[in-house]
Amino acid sequence: MELFNHLAIGFGVAFTPINLLYAFVGCLLGTLIGVLPGIGPLATIAMLLPATYALPPVSALIMLAGIYYGAQYGGSTTAILVNLPGEASSVVTVIDGYQMARQGRAGPALAAAGMGSFFAGCVGTLVLAAFAVPLTEVAFKFGPAEYFSLMILGLIGAIVLASGSILKAVGMILMGLLMGLVGTDVNSGVARFSFDIPELTDGIGFIVIGMGIFGYGEIISNLGKHESERKVFAAEVKGLMPTKEDFRNMLPAVLRGTLLGSALGILPGGGATMAAFAAYTIEKKARMRPGEVPFGKGNIRGVAGPESANNAASQTSFIPLLTLGIPPNAVMALMVGAMTIHNIQPGPQVMTSNPELFWGLIASMWIGNAMLIILNLPLIGIWIKLLTVPYRWLFPAIVLFCAIGVYSTNNNTWDIWMVAMFGVIGYTFIKLGIEPAPLLLGYVLGPMMEENLRRALLLSRGDWSVFVTRGLSASLLAVAALLLIIVLLPSVKKKRQEAFVEE
Amino acid sequence: MRIKSEKDFFSGLLFIAVGIAFAWGATNYKVGDAARMGPGYFPLLLGILMAVVGLAVTFTAMTVETEDGERIGKFAWKPLFFIILSNLTFGVLLGGVPSIGLPYMGLVAAIIALTFIAALAGEEFKFKEVLSLAIVLAVACYLTFIVALKLQFPAWPAFIAG
Repeated sequence: MELFNHLAIGFGVAFTPINLLYAFVGCLLGTLIGVLPGIGPLATIAMLLPATYALPPVSALIMLAGIYYGAQYGGSTTAILVNLPGEASSVVTVIDGYQMARQGRAGPALAAAGMGSFFAGCVGTLVLAAFAVPLTEVAFKFGPAEYFSLMILGLIGAIVLASGSILKAVGMILMGLLMGLVGTDVNSGVARFSFDIPELTDGIGFIVIGMGIFGYGEIISNLGKHESERKVFAAEVKGLMPTKEDFRNMLPAVLRGTLLGSALGILPGGGATMAAFAAYTIEKKARMRPGEVPFGKGNIRGVAGPESANNAASQTSFIPLLTLGIPPNAVMALMVGAMTIHNIQPGPQVMTSNPELFWGLIASMWIGNAMLIILNLPLIGIWIKLLTVPYRWLFPAIVLFCAIGVYSTNNNTWDIWMVAMFGVIGYTFIKLGIEPAPLLLGYVLGPMMEENLRRALLLSRGDWSVFVTRGLSASLLAVAALLLIIVLLPSVKKKRQEAFVEE
Repeated sequence: MRIKSEKDFFSGLLFIAVGIAFAWGATNYKVGDAARMGPGYFPLLLGILMAVVGLAVTFTAMTVETEDGERIGKFAWKPLFFIILSNLTFGVLLGGVPSIGLPYMGLVAAIIALTFIAALAGEEFKFKEVLSLAIVLAVACYLTFIVALKLQFPAWPAFIAG
């Protein structure tokens, strides 16, 4: 079968000792930084990206995939042990996971998250491999109008799923799009918004934005809080293995979560968060077995379901990125940036022009997942130790890694001045209660959107109706409109606010 | 009119300001029309849109009641100042400032300075502890970035390395 041939190519690439080593190092580093309190996957990836510069593209991407999964896993660990969700998609894990930890059942909770994620990751990898080929063929039918509409859909998706005010999310996306336009315009060669500064004609580096806003902004904000607000509850972990009873409860939850996650992850606009929320809702509705702990009091299904769902979704969310070249969420936007640094333009052509890289990456995702479970469950004791390291030792080190990482991108101190500026901006966003993630997505999509808008309207001689007269483009826009209408409906609006209140 | 949500009010103002700034900047470039977009077309469009969104956010902030007025609260000036200062010092020491003839001091000095200044942002500052942290970080970074990864960093001051 073609599918297995492809996967065989991939595993051939990924299973070389050196690439396995990179996957391992990536997972290790990703988890290491990801478990530090107050650092989500976004900051983790941004911080570790420079570590991959020196590698050849395939190895670099494999290491990045490892970092990505490690960071996500680290996020669930802090959610369970410290009651601190690293990112939106592990918000629901906190509810039951932390309760389990308080009852001394942190071990089974972590194991449930790990095993559920691994299973979901396996299924997600298969789905990804199966869908990649047909979707790539669809991608070649995409004209500029379709690409533009798809990006609109992705951005609307991001708005719908952003926590907090919808209007503010729109504002942040626009700001991101505008920031993406800084630098030399490819069509006219005009350096836009660069104030005659040579470094700015290349645009604002996305590492600078990522680290400034997500790294420095967070650190400053954390330091501004009083010690007690970021108190770490170092739960004692005794016994990692879930009981037989736990397994019996977990299994259906994992299956349901995986199914839901795989399906929702394909949608542009941060499927992982939506999947986790949906999975939790379904688990709550599903019939309780006799003697089960109620939800919100430490039910293992409340951990296994959402964790499987968000992992399956984060796997399948690579589909729009790899086939269409469009990042569906902020983390993927960061991956686009990483790929461009290694001279890979994500999109349908990668699969045909560079099959080893494409399938190698997909295989390495599976390896990353496997490594997490082999590596992290036994090492959980170390991660917990790490959580008890006083923040006053951690934050100077984090500041240092950000600074070195930024400098090493171009070996230019200009980036260090810029990251200082974005640190201040990032802190301002936090103080104003603005969620910064949509900005990063907008930033990456900005130039792509302009280019496709320009081409679409050039072909139609300035007629804007081209976006609704072409069938595919019209349906994408219709879905976007529908999403927007749904989220603005009064009843949904209320539910949405409730869902995010728990953050 | 009273501000009902302080956070939203200032977010709105921020959006308006940034939107107008970009839109105004865009008019310096050729705008063109839809069929032949100049470099100013898309940013002008986005800038105007952003200012409109900003207006809407500000308007909502003045009309929709919130429970606690969503105050912005105190700025953490101390961490803000020291974290940013440590970052800037790191840059100056690592790369030097050629325009004023300041030579670079290299990675090791930059790391030690960064650690000390950043540590001032915290609630407590214990000299011995910070010193050991600085030494550990400097040695670890020297080994990882210069010895192992062979990144092109000046490790020692210009006057020593020549």
